[in-house]
Amino acid sequence: MLSHIVRRVVQSFGVLAAMSLLVFAGVYAVGNPVDILVNPQADQNEIARATAALGLDRPLLEQYFIFIKHAASGDLGRSFAFNVPAIGLILERMPATLELATAAMLIAVLLGIPLGLWAGLKPRSAAGRTIMAGSILGFSLPTFWVGLMLILVFSVWLGWLPTSGRGPTVNLLGIPVSFLTAEGLRHLVLPAANLALFNLSLVIRLTRSGTREAIEQDYVRFARAKGLTETRIVGVHVLRNVLVPVVTVVGVEFGSVIAFAVVTESIFAWPGMGKLLIDSINVLDRPVIVGYLCIVVALFVAINLCVDLAYAWLDPRVRLGEAS
Amino acid sequence: MRRVLRLLFAGSILWGLSAHGAELRIGLAADVTSMDPHFLSIAPNINIAWHVFDALTHVDEDARLIPGLAVSWRAIDATTWEFRLRRGVRFHDGAELTAEDVVSSIERTLKVPNGQLGTFTRRIIAKEIVDPYTLRLKTATPYAMVPYDLNSVFIVSKKAAARSGPEDFDSGRAMIGTGPFRFVRFARGDRVELARNDDYWGAQGGKSAAWEKVVFRIVPTDPARLAGLLSGELDAIEQVPTADLPRVRRDARLNIAQKVSWRTIFFYLDQYRGRAPGLADKSGRPLTRNPFRDLRVRRAISKAINRPAIAERLMDGAAIPASNLVSPPVFGYAPDLGPEPYDPEGATRLLAEAGYPDGFAMTLSATNNRYVNDEQIAQAVAQMLARVGVLARVEALPLNAYLPKGRKGEFAFAMFGWGSFSGDLALRALVATADPDKGFGTFNWSGYSNPRVDKLLERAFASVDDKRREALARDAMRLAMGDHAVIPLHHQVTTWAMRKPLSYAPRTDEFTFAHRFEIR
Repeated sequence: MLSHIVRRVVQSFGVLAAMSLLVFAGVYAVGNPVDILVNPQADQNEIARATAALGLDRPLLEQYFIFIKHAASGDLGRSFAFNVPAIGLILERMPATLELATAAMLIAVLLGIPLGLWAGLKPRSAAGRTIMAGSILGFSLPTFWVGLMLILVFSVWLGWLPTSGRGPTVNLLGIPVSFLTAEGLRHLVLPAANLALFNLSLVIRLTRSGTREAIEQDYVRFARAKGLTETRIVGVHVLRNVLVPVVTVVGVEFGSVIAFAVVTESIFAWPGMGKLLIDSINVLDRPVIVGYLCIVVALFVAINLCVDLAYAWLDPRVRLGEAS
Repeated sequence: MRRVLRLLFAGSILWGLSAHGAELRIGLAADVTSMDPHFLSIAPNINIAWHVFDALTHVDEDARLIPGLAVSWRAIDATTWEFRLRRGVRFHDGAELTAEDVVSSIERTLKVPNGQLGTFTRRIIAKEIVDPYTLRLKTATPYAMVPYDLNSVFIVSKKAAARSGPEDFDSGRAMIGTGPFRFVRFARGDRVELARNDDYWGAQGGKSAAWEKVVFRIVPTDPARLAGLLSGELDAIEQVPTADLPRVRRDARLNIAQKVSWRTIFFYLDQYRGRAPGLADKSGRPLTRNPFRDLRVRRAISKAINRPAIAERLMDGAAIPASNLVSPPVFGYAPDLGPEPYDPEGATRLLAEAGYPDGFAMTLSATNNRYVNDEQIAQAVAQMLARVGVLARVEALPLNAYLPKGRKGEFAFAMFGWGSFSGDLALRALVATADPDKGFGTFNWSGYSNPRVDKLLERAFASVDDKRREALARDAMRLAMGDHAVIPLHHQVTTWAMRKPLSYAPRTDEFTFAHRFEIR
């Protein structure tokens, strides 16, 4: 178990190094951020001065080695656009994104599994068919459009929920969260629902097909023959087997939801990391872009590790660390 | 998108015009990156800075220079400017404004790490405090633009700003200015909150007294910003998309305010290279000579563009056809120049005279995320050019890829926009012969070079008498426009929308100032 974790961490450093070099070269190839950030009245000398001050006049490899040297001591550089340390900037925006992503995944799992079970147990009922039709819509409608429709219906027509932004925050263990206030929850509902839609559909379909498969199995028939209650059959014997693929997908998707919540964050003006990334790409703010991607890679590694551990717990046949 | 918005409008039945006291909630279109007023000179940041801080000189709604913290200024000799400060102005911490604060603010612009405001202060080589209310600034060579440049230098309390970094401004500790609002809170990517400064020096006539509390919400997505206004969460928004203008106008619950912006959209055409990139004959062979070096071709291109059609249809009236590189209210605008009339026959004739009876092919470069409807404008112009035989292939790029390419000279025909508060400044950047040491031609992507224009501009910058300077700037404008150094297209018109009974006194410089909103 321990060697498994250690190997994962070592691998992730390799990924980080490769990724940062790629991003570095990519941003370098697009152009000089000073061209975008400098005040238009600035003359050529001023631009050259600003470029030199940021160290952008040096050869690419030299810039990269300076970055690696600083990164080794935990300093990813100062943002060109915000003039504060990039890592602080990203961490400051992280709670908002984590809150949104967690809320979205909770909606997806807490609604998706029961709905999927229902659709799997009663596939030919009207409810089961409706659930499946809904999940197809959830898959195929673009997030951007759904977001606007949610705003239109719930904010503009019905006036129930706010159109955009994050509600007031309170500190929970030093982290600002908004779900503890009524106003904060009201702000959270629409963006979380919008972000959840795709994964909700995914979880419904996975659970349904898993359920359909499981109820045909011998052990379920055996359990029925033994006279176990339906609740126990579904709640223990079926559900536990259905959960393995769901956990995998939820784990992978949780990472994606955190890293790429950008569309939802942009529409709902949610002050998270995704919006920060897009703004940073627009002005070629390299320290923030590289820092953001480093953090996302680290998150993915951590999530995958958690997924592995969850497997081991759900399925006693999985033994970590013994695979080649 | 249009259909979604139509639905938004049709369905906005629940209005709820609630009286919410003296609080104003404004939706901004672009992100504010830093509270430090001496860091970047980008519009969203400056917009907020103008609420908390003042500068020695201000500009009025027509972008003309007016007194700010300085009541008067004059050139006492060719290289010395004397500023007299307003007496009795107090910072938000109660301290009185003196020349010391001004000097420390000017010096701070050069000290902020990665700060980009040195452009405005590096020419000042000596500062002399005559008395607490009198300051003399010296430049190495005669330079008329000192009062203009100081419009970009916000005055921060020396006590608060000493040893303060950007983080101290973001947290509010160093946000001590003299402006109409006090800083309350900055939540990055989300909002800026301000509270009224009851001791504002400019408050006579109750100008700053309308709002006790102001919340700027950052809502960059256009439909979401409009939805915020319709649902009553926002009281006012800036940058209403042109596609929604007709419906916003029709909505009885909304007021709009419009004013011509200082931003002029124009086209560069490469005039310095024998062969320019992307120019070819119609079978795709690169042209051996550059047609844009011929004045007749440049004029033909200008005649082929139907400016009124673009302004009225594509921009829904939110543009004014342009003949100048600065918009009508701005210093140095030459009113006698008229927009080139649409004349496709004349254009075809001129092209034939110049030796291109069959026209030619070219790449039309443009941004797709910078100016209002930029990519659509490029497409429309390409179609108009096709009518006179010039085949233009539109290549639209985001600004971050566009600017570096433009600087490297990769465009032969390219769209751009420029906002400036004087004609000579715009000409200096866009058409003057490139000269890094003088700061001329920084954005002269056309490579246009006319010694007479350069001479006029030099004389304008050296003349400290405004009347003379404006006459020189107009002459330079007439010369450059007569040469079709660049092809002006239109001046953008900025639109604000707000719930009744609010009204806004709009500004040419596009800023959204809370103190200019009133209940009427």
